[in-house]
Amino acid sequence: MDALERIKQQVTENPIIIYMKGSPDFPQCGFSARSTQALKACNVPFSFINIFEDEEIYRALPKFANWPTFPQLYVKGELIGGCDITLDLFQSGELKKMLDEAVASGKKAA
Amino acid sequence: MTRIEKIRGALQLTLQPQQIEVEDESHLHAGHAGAATGRGHFNVKVVAEAFTGQSLIARHRMVYAAVDALMQTDIHALSIRALTPAESVAQSSSN
Repeated sequence: MDALERIKQQVTENPIIIYMKGSPDFPQCGFSARSTQALKACNVPFSFINIFEDEEIYRALPKFANWPTFPQLYVKGELIGGCDITLDLFQSGELKKMLDEAVASGKKAA
Repeated sequence: MTRIEKIRGALQLTLQPQQIEVEDESHLHAGHAGAATGRGHFNVKVVAEAFTGQSLIARHRMVYAAVDALMQTDIHALSIRALTPAESVAQSSSN
């Protein structure tokens, strides 16, 4: 399976997934740190991929959804955005709503 | 031409904004892995009619598309605020 297919599978199988530099507990970039803080504050389980641990994904991800930078947040298979959009949505309360809904629909499907 | 001027020029050409602010924040990230590439961190605020009716993600894509060539040479990370003229007025009056 090539890297784009692996990404497709990851975003399909995980209702909430963030591609980031480092991990939520040890982020290696300020933008990744702020984005995962917002996700944690929403109190929902989420998956993450540390792009530093997967060179192929690192290279392929900008092409996958035509988005040039990291982190990238996907909810129900769709790119939501990077750090700025994640924080904007968090501040307006929309992020929590969107994530709760993704978790709920994931449970129904399972 | 400085990097800030290049970014302003690219945004001006594509989005014809009413307002552009570009800040170089590279100094805050010295020593960071991305800084080693020699490309910088920038904050941009763009106020443009072209954003009207566009979602946040579409607006950010428009900004990234405008500076696409510079993403390879000058920009490592871009923090984006993309507002319509109406939103910009609403924000400044509420602050």
